[in-house]
Amino acid sequence: MDLAELKALAVAEKAKFKPLRVHCCTSTGCQAAQSLEVKNNLAKAIQDKGLGDRAEVVGVGCMGFCGRGPLVQFAHDDQLFETVTPDQAEGIIDVLAGGEADLVKGDPEHPFFSRQFHIVRKNSGNINPDRIEDYIAVGGYQSLYKALFEMSPAEVVAEVTASGLRGRGGGGFPTGIKWATVAKMPEGQKYVICNGDEGDPGAFMDRSVLESDPHLVLEGMAIAAYAVGANHGYIYVRAEYPLAIQRLETAIKQAKRYGILGSQIFDSPFDFKIDIRIGAGAFVCGEETALIHSIEGKRGNPRPRPPYPAQDGLWHCPTLINNVETYGNISAIIEKGSAWFSGIGTEKSKGTKIFALTGKIRNNGLIEVPMGITLREIVEEMGGGVPDGEIKAVQTGGPSGGCIPAYLLDTPVDYDSLTKVGSMMGSGGMVVMDTGTSMVEVAQFYMDFCQEESCGKCVPCRAGTVQLHAMLTRLLKKQATLADLETMEQLCYMVKEMSLCGLGMTAPNPVLSTLQYFRSEYEELLQPLPTMPENHALSV
Amino acid sequence: MSITTLKINGQDVVTESGKTVLAAAKEAGIPIPTLCHLEGISEAGACRLCAVEVKGTPKLMAACVTTVAEGMEVETHTPKLQDYRRMIVELFFAEGNHVCSICVANGNCELQDAAIEVGMDHSRFNYRFPDRGMDLSHSQFGIDHNRCILCTRCVRVCDEIEGAHVWDVGNRGEACYIVSGMDQPWGEVSACTACGKCVDACPTGAIFRKGTTTGEKAGDRAKLEFLVNARDKQEWSR
Repeated sequence: MDLAELKALAVAEKAKFKPLRVHCCTSTGCQAAQSLEVKNNLAKAIQDKGLGDRAEVVGVGCMGFCGRGPLVQFAHDDQLFETVTPDQAEGIIDVLAGGEADLVKGDPEHPFFSRQFHIVRKNSGNINPDRIEDYIAVGGYQSLYKALFEMSPAEVVAEVTASGLRGRGGGGFPTGIKWATVAKMPEGQKYVICNGDEGDPGAFMDRSVLESDPHLVLEGMAIAAYAVGANHGYIYVRAEYPLAIQRLETAIKQAKRYGILGSQIFDSPFDFKIDIRIGAGAFVCGEETALIHSIEGKRGNPRPRPPYPAQDGLWHCPTLINNVETYGNISAIIEKGSAWFSGIGTEKSKGTKIFALTGKIRNNGLIEVPMGITLREIVEEMGGGVPDGEIKAVQTGGPSGGCIPAYLLDTPVDYDSLTKVGSMMGSGGMVVMDTGTSMVEVAQFYMDFCQEESCGKCVPCRAGTVQLHAMLTRLLKKQATLADLETMEQLCYMVKEMSLCGLGMTAPNPVLSTLQYFRSEYEELLQPLPTMPENHALSV
Repeated sequence: MSITTLKINGQDVVTESGKTVLAAAKEAGIPIPTLCHLEGISEAGACRLCAVEVKGTPKLMAACVTTVAEGMEVETHTPKLQDYRRMIVELFFAEGNHVCSICVANGNCELQDAAIEVGMDHSRFNYRFPDRGMDLSHSQFGIDHNRCILCTRCVRVCDEIEGAHVWDVGNRGEACYIVSGMDQPWGEVSACTACGKCVDACPTGAIFRKGTTTGEKAGDRAKLEFLVNARDKQEWSR
């Protein structure tokens, strides 16, 4: 297939779209709320009402407003229906035909939607993730073609470097530098890995991207492989994401059939195959060296770095490892250029970031926002604020991040600002807490998670998190003294500085950040000082 | 042989390029406490006791896995490092059941030595008193998991020197323990050659010869280094 054929296919597929397309979300969240039945009923209603020749229902990926699912949207006029039940399908088709029905209508102009800027989620909720033709119809795989035939590998690396893209897994390491390092390694076997082992409590961005637009990730990986000189890639997805795995399998199969993956892609000398590896549910396997061990069939333990995977990775070969969302940005960067991409966001954090907005907030769901937007805009405007009560803190970065108090809500969302206030960007979990939340309990929750998920290799993390959790539990039972609080704080710093991998290094962050901003809550829980009993006479 | 010069605690040190900071410090007569490190086998970087400060990086580096670099300035015994080391030893003691007075390795235990070295006389952390059990199914040896510090020296020595790979680590986090064979009783593991290298490698009294009682496990930890040198360099004497 060449570019002309690819473009012709895109036009032909687009022409097949019927004028009235009804998008019905088929992602995990909406499926759990019966969206597949909704979809079937919609299709049936279209037939029953004789609209079959000009209307069709399309199962699409995530539309973002997960708290109000299942979602149905008309492609032609953006009308949105929320919390749809299977028996409302008929009414929706009545509206499609120009009638009226009693339905919960959403507002597509609400800041929740209008403040978003879509790069990675541009196709989410617009195409059928199970059909490669849908992806090709919206211009898919043209960036890969462009990279292969119009650019040298070095030019691709330079473009990604110039875009200022930073790793979306949480660390924020400049993607271009990582690519350049792998590209510079001597020729030979190299690997490309996509890290889809999303494990932060409350975060589901990567799942949504993989479920809604698997080809976008495959295309990003293929471009990366071309740029660094790899011919084999792995997508590491956790087993808890069966739908994402199923859609990836379908996508890989379809791409192979079109000659877009496999040998001699687009009849060029470039070969690239992708295999899926399924994680068994260990949080630590999101750490790159542990993930590599896991792919190799070993115990998912991290190892000290350096050497970094870029030099010594999978089976000791140079390995490029990036997050799902990072690969999701690549196609757009190649298509529209680094100048376009670096025009979005702030000076040091370019582009957009997807957040999973959850917790005590009106509008739950996934949002993709440009970097530099303030937390207040996200939480109050887009999220609609706390239902009844006041916002107390926003937790970002999952168990590695921290709690940002309400008075710092004007902090811009970018890597460096969030680190400065004691939290971190993380992979994209954003949990809103109201004034009824005990911050010590929050810290205890995350510490419980960390002690459970520690791999047990290094002592500060294995034993330190256990002790921190025990201390927090004692504190909540009002059995801790001021000395215990001091020891706990010292232990936090020790675990942070002495641990082997990122899990341990960041595990104390929820405690440290709540200690920083909500210290009085800890002090209120201290064991009351013993008081002298009444009628007690000191005998000298 | 190319050489690298660096400064450790202000002292100029010249060492072979490619060596670790730990080896360079040892050559220069500067002792850095370790537990998971053992001459002759690969490094794990797990106990973190050997962490040192390197000028120019805010991170603490484990000396056993950090390669020397020209002009590097290393501090090995700052008050902060000593504080952290003490805390780590406290965590070790609080995590298992380390009762020196009734232990086979009493007086010959690296954990005990480390405690003395960092000046740990009590633990600020509550003891966990885990019930980890022990395995006495082997005809010559026994393993008491309560005394195990999960340094994985037995795992590595069995895999790398003896080539039997009897040991590995099971479970995760606090529940980690050393498994023999396919998580079966040690005595039933057919891969075990009963060479006893794990007994010598064990820094505490977790793996011992049957019949030894309190304070009787002497151990021969230099044996592995000797074995490796004998094999690699044909040095047959020590």
